[in-house]
Amino acid sequence: MIRAEFTKFRSVRGWVLGLATAVALFVGMGWLTAAGSFTSCDDQACPSPPVGPEGQAVEDHFGFAHRTLTGDGSLTARVRDFSGIITYPPPNHDEIVDGLVPWAKAGLIVKSDINPGSPYAAIMLTADHGVRFQHNYVHDAAGPVDARWLRISRSGADVTAYASADGRNWTTVGTMSGWSGPVRIGFAIASPPDITAKGNPMGGSIVQARFTQASAVFDQITSTAGGAWRYDEVGADGLRTDWEKLHRAPGMTTGSDTLTLTGSGDIAPATDMRVAPYLAGALPALLAILVVAVLFITSEFRRGLIRTTLLASPHRARMLAAKAAVIGGVTFAAALIAVVVARPLVSHVFRANGNFAAPTGLLTDLRLSLGTAALLAATAVCAYALGALLRRGLLAIVLAVALTVVPYLLATASVLPVAAGEWLLRLTPAAGFAVQQAFPAYEQVFHPYTPADGYFPLAPAAGLAVTCLWAAGLLTLATVRLNRADI
Amino acid sequence: MDATIDITGLRKSYGPTAALREMTFTVRPGQVTGFVGPNGAGKSTTMRILLGLDHPDGGTALIGGRRYRDLTKPLEAVGALLDGTALQPSRSGRNHLLWLAQSQGLPASRVDELLDEVGLAGVARRRAGGYSLGMRQRLGVAAALLGDPPVLILDEPFNGLDPAGFVWMRDLLRTRAREGRAVLISSHLMGELQDLAGHVIVVDRGRVVADAPTRAMRERYGSLESAYLELTR
Repeated sequence: MIRAEFTKFRSVRGWVLGLATAVALFVGMGWLTAAGSFTSCDDQACPSPPVGPEGQAVEDHFGFAHRTLTGDGSLTARVRDFSGIITYPPPNHDEIVDGLVPWAKAGLIVKSDINPGSPYAAIMLTADHGVRFQHNYVHDAAGPVDARWLRISRSGADVTAYASADGRNWTTVGTMSGWSGPVRIGFAIASPPDITAKGNPMGGSIVQARFTQASAVFDQITSTAGGAWRYDEVGADGLRTDWEKLHRAPGMTTGSDTLTLTGSGDIAPATDMRVAPYLAGALPALLAILVVAVLFITSEFRRGLIRTTLLASPHRARMLAAKAAVIGGVTFAAALIAVVVARPLVSHVFRANGNFAAPTGLLTDLRLSLGTAALLAATAVCAYALGALLRRGLLAIVLAVALTVVPYLLATASVLPVAAGEWLLRLTPAAGFAVQQAFPAYEQVFHPYTPADGYFPLAPAAGLAVTCLWAAGLLTLATVRLNRADI
Repeated sequence: MDATIDITGLRKSYGPTAALREMTFTVRPGQVTGFVGPNGAGKSTTMRILLGLDHPDGGTALIGGRRYRDLTKPLEAVGALLDGTALQPSRSGRNHLLWLAQSQGLPASRVDELLDEVGLAGVARRRAGGYSLGMRQRLGVAAALLGDPPVLILDEPFNGLDPAGFVWMRDLLRTRAREGRAVLISSHLMGELQDLAGHVIVVDRGRVVADAPTRAMRERYGSLESAYLELTR
């Protein structure tokens, strides 16, 4: 029966052309998006953000006081003072205030070298999130909340971090393995920008980022590594704010038994990366797919051909399921072809225009590609089921667009308040677009993770499941209606 | 399979309108059975219920003792022509038969055989939307014959046929009946049925008003047309 329905599909030229149009729109819109994106820095190629040891684009900018540790050893210190400034925060934006942003951090770090993006493990006191053990940019584990004493030690291939409230009773917070050769061991200070998002009366949100700076005074220092403390601003871009020029420059000062570090920046995964550009054509392609999927069934009702179909396959539920399998299958195949063509082409054009395409990794790429194909297929089944339920082509097409394309646009184009947009992306069939989220929303980086930035309220699999549930539900309704009907 | 159609006590209403009131008759193999009556008498409704398209309010409609929807490969049990114009216009005639054949697990060679038999081989790869009414009717007959079924149910098979088509259709139906198949055709063409049908069922207002051999009707009323006019007055 599936073979018969496939023959039906391929023998109507308009439907095959419609699907080919979807492929062309997918590739074409991706290409247009890439061709229209330019990045340049003073007429030169922009420096790419560093890539971390686990393949992600990362932020690696911090103040670093370090010594070389050739073998095993440890560093212990207390964070005596931790303070900072935030420039011109809301509500009035008229003064520089004392304070720390929640993820400002000061602590001890082992890093393979001073190059941005190199492997590291760190135990840091944060302003609002207690002591954290973080390593290789993407990993973050919580330690004690009230500890001020920190210790990091290396033994063979392992770097282990400890925290203590009193300097006597120590808690192990985490271990990172795989170390070899000499490493840098020392103090780190980082203070990410102060980011706020406020609702825009026109919909969406306005995101602002302000310069901040943090200072930490370490005392009770015990280091097995000898020599003087050397200071480097890792990942420095050479630019200085007025605050840094006129009031307090980043850097290190050492006292008789104290060490003070001042600096800005963050050691974290990059979060300003958008949806992979080669997937930009999925939405226009979906429009063509919805039309084909609806007509695949409504044309049978319009022509009376449904009677012939039911004469050949009197089991109505099975007939509807076979057609759903065919429209879902051909859509999946067409979408996969589109992704396979679009990915190298669009990525090439995107990079040729000086843009940086953040690496996603093989597994994520596979999920983005297969997920997008599955999303389009499940949405096609939704549209087809609407067609079977309503039997009117135009009505079903309008409703299918209203249920899938419209919620996605409302949620991602900064038209609705963020919360409302997120609910649309939880409840409507557009939830499946979550498969297109290229990067996780990292808890250890404060960022307004909104749909407009490519961050979805549901996990990829959960979002796709919502779309599939819609497809199954609509198909069930259509089956119930057809089973009861006189044709 | 026993090539007999059994309609027993069939009832069906559409809203307040009763389309069938205790429709009962039997169609036996080996002859053409004419199914006649005025428009709205219940012929099409009976056929649609028989073919599992409409749900009866009561009664049974069985083909070889089974309901249509219980047939596993229905086109090998029953061939039906309801509306020859019900085609996807952009699909070729051959592809129309091909998907039907595939739905029953029949080989593509069977499609080409049928196209030859109904005289559409030359236009088989053209869009069905460009077919004349007669060509569509021939395609519909081909679809009905695809599974070589022992029972044929045809609604107005002469619609749109040219004189040569009439002769062809007559021969086709006679041959099938002679082979021992049950052939039920609804038609308004009394002259045609008088020669073709061995048995006639006359229905009016949802029930059978006469069920007799054509010869007996002709002997009693003079002609089938007179019989029809007399019975459905």
